[in-house]
Amino acid sequence: MAYTVTTQTPASRIATILGAITIVVLISLPFFAGRGTIQDMFFILTMLVLAQLWNLLAGYGGLVSIGQQAFVGMGAYAMFGAVILLGFDPVPSILLAGVVALMIAVPTAFFAFRLNGAYFAIGTWVIAEVVRLLVAQWKTLGGGTGTSLPREATSDMWFVAGIEKLLDVRSAAARDILAYWLALALALVTIGGIYWLLRTRRGLALAAVRDNSEAAQSVGVDAVRMKWLVFLTSAFGTGLAGGLIYMQKARISPDAAFSVTDWTAYVIFIVVIGGIGTIEGPIVGVLVFFTLQTLLADFGSWYLMTLGVLAIVIMLVAPRGLWGLLSERTGLHLFPIRRRLTGGKLKPEER
Amino acid sequence: MALLQTHGLVARYGDFQALFGVDIMLNEAETIAIIGANGAGKTTLMRSIAGVLRNDAASVLLDGKPIGTRPAEEIMSQGVAMVPEGRKLFPSLSVEENLLIGTYGRKIGGHWTLETVYDLFPILRERRHSPGTALSGGQQQMVAIGRALMSNPRVLLCDEISLGLAPVVIKDIYKAIPQIKAAGASLIIVEQDIAQAIAVADRVYCMMEGRVTLSGTPDTLSRDDIHNAYFGAGH
Amino acid sequence: MIWVDTIAQGILLGGLYALFASGLSLVFGIMRLVNLAHGDLIVMGAYLILVLVTLLGISPFLAVFIAMPLMFALGWLLQRYLLNRTLGDDILPPLLVTFGLSIALQNALLEGFSADSQRLPTSALTTASVNVGPITLGIMPLLTFGSAVLVIVALNQLFYRTELGRAFRATSDDATTASLMGIKPANIFATATGIAMVIVTIAALYLGLRANFDPNIGPARLIYAFEAVIIGGLGSLWGTLLGGIIIGVAQTVGAAINPEWQILAGHIAFLVVLLVRPRGLFPRAHD
Repeated sequence: MAYTVTTQTPASRIATILGAITIVVLISLPFFAGRGTIQDMFFILTMLVLAQLWNLLAGYGGLVSIGQQAFVGMGAYAMFGAVILLGFDPVPSILLAGVVALMIAVPTAFFAFRLNGAYFAIGTWVIAEVVRLLVAQWKTLGGGTGTSLPREATSDMWFVAGIEKLLDVRSAAARDILAYWLALALALVTIGGIYWLLRTRRGLALAAVRDNSEAAQSVGVDAVRMKWLVFLTSAFGTGLAGGLIYMQKARISPDAAFSVTDWTAYVIFIVVIGGIGTIEGPIVGVLVFFTLQTLLADFGSWYLMTLGVLAIVIMLVAPRGLWGLLSERTGLHLFPIRRRLTGGKLKPEER
Repeated sequence: MALLQTHGLVARYGDFQALFGVDIMLNEAETIAIIGANGAGKTTLMRSIAGVLRNDAASVLLDGKPIGTRPAEEIMSQGVAMVPEGRKLFPSLSVEENLLIGTYGRKIGGHWTLETVYDLFPILRERRHSPGTALSGGQQQMVAIGRALMSNPRVLLCDEISLGLAPVVIKDIYKAIPQIKAAGASLIIVEQDIAQAIAVADRVYCMMEGRVTLSGTPDTLSRDDIHNAYFGAGH
Repeated sequence: MIWVDTIAQGILLGGLYALFASGLSLVFGIMRLVNLAHGDLIVMGAYLILVLVTLLGISPFLAVFIAMPLMFALGWLLQRYLLNRTLGDDILPPLLVTFGLSIALQNALLEGFSADSQRLPTSALTTASVNVGPITLGIMPLLTFGSAVLVIVALNQLFYRTELGRAFRATSDDATTASLMGIKPANIFATATGIAMVIVTIAALYLGLRANFDPNIGPARLIYAFEAVIIGGLGSLWGTLLGGIIIGVAQTVGAAINPEWQILAGHIAFLVVLLVRPRGLFPRAHD
């Protein structure tokens, strides 16, 4: 009898159906939800993208970066630069944001990969600081105080007029809806892309590199190349997210765009709380994070303190996060990566 | 009452069981040898006694008191010192510092001091300021033995002290054993080199696949007995 | 002549960075732990001294001696009951736990002391200066630098002349074999972090005397400390002092050219060293 190697589980088949329904609901959300919901969902989706990409770096690649704000900020500034200096439309400028983030990721990796393990983390942080300080010197984009997108650029943005007509909303709401749809597309592509990457031969190699870099090398996995691949992919995606986030905000300053709290600390907390090293983890994490923020945002620093303590507790008590706890208890995998043998027989004497 | 005793000692590494109920006994002023092939569980037994591996409380007794659950540093302070397999000198420490650190957890007067250890292994006096790991294998083994002696232990555990050394060097090291015994320590010597071990031991235990298969005094054990216990009957 | 002055100021500033860095270097050297909350702990130390000064009405130089044992105890407990649990082959737990600690600590300080900047009370001594040939050196920067040298001398004495120092090195080499010597690795690590916190307290004194501080400046201190450690080479305390001096000189020279370039110039100096000497100026032989 033949064996079939599959990564599917019964739960994942149900998840596929539920996922398809969820996607349809999310796409049609602007037809029935108010502007506040759309803005909240935009926030959730962009944080989810950042979390998935950081998880790809740290959870799968073993590269703990505290410098992701470099790519958010650089992407955002590239988008502003393209609009203000080159007169581009903001929407295509987002792609440019990804490309510029990718470009600065190359020298960043060149320096940071010289630092081992834990020092890599602070190394990325230093480079993000350097980029922030350099951008603050860029007087045409407002220097240290920042700048806004010109009104004519935001009002004539691609697709906005169409959305105004389609949904019968005002220009500002149409811009939020556009940003939301773009964020949804980016989130789906990011999750789909990471899932695809992890199921390819390269993805399996990545797991091997994370589990044991030396052993992986001995069986021919080029750990250095995998690190570069993961780091650059993550930087590109993070740059796109940065461009998109600041297209929606329409106002930028170096301190905000390169904020280690907003673009790295929150993201780390989302991944750690949800469950590092899984695709489901960041999804769970971002929902918990948003709930906590809604409940506790009025308490200011108490909120951040709670997040910090929660992350410590989770790391010590349940290092695989909330999703890890759930999937350990139930065996549930929505994005199965492990290859499983089904059909046939596998008795000891047949091995 | 025995000085040190194991009773039904069981050890596991994860799912792999390495020891299946081992009973050995060491009396005051006695030297016992534990011999057996690679993988027989000798080193596991030593690590269990020394507290590197934790056991059930009553499976290791020192002076009749259960110490199986105590951590290594506590067992050491009660007078059980170990010369670990592979010597394990501290590379950041000089020869003399390696010896001095041996007294960290147990400072009682006794025969063994820096000077008497240097008298036992004179070459170490010459190399006292070298980094421990700059020495030859035999000299490193002398440091490892000296380091364990510095705490004036009641029980000295010697794990494979001849491993990887040239025969002439092994002879040099084993020359020290009578002096160590004379200074009052009881010894457990784990060896693959049967001849060396039997020459200094009062009693011998043979281990195979995690069990003691034979024990007795050297003069009552025939070569065939040991051979069978070592390799299993029928070889 | 202005350049001689600038460089002299930079060297003295390097003393402060070396103080920031020594504790980080000590902890990393012994247990390979990078404490991302190090900068925030320095800031917390400054607040502790401030509270003691305010409550007891004493000089900061006196308060620091009360703060030291308190910080030692805190570091000991922190390591023994929290950070020891994160040590192992996986680098994620220590990084993520200390990062969580950093954020929690920053916000606890914000909650307790608000975002307003504070400064330790200065006396005539702290604003005085001396003329050395053509240049004028502040007493405070000189004291800072002198303290950094003293701390490094003391740490080296501790490491190479005492039994505790031997135990530090032995545990760092091989914790299991160290336990066969009667050393309790968990306590050795806790003691090391305790000592690092004593150095942090000294760093905090000068941080608070020389400039304003607020709860948010911790991460930047961590980065300066980290740069000094990497430039010097992991595990070399004199290297760490030199690393601090390089950052300090780069910053004062950068600031002399354009005040906005001060911080940037320090980071650039770090990147240049990383480019030409990835293992630092005085790398440890084995590692």
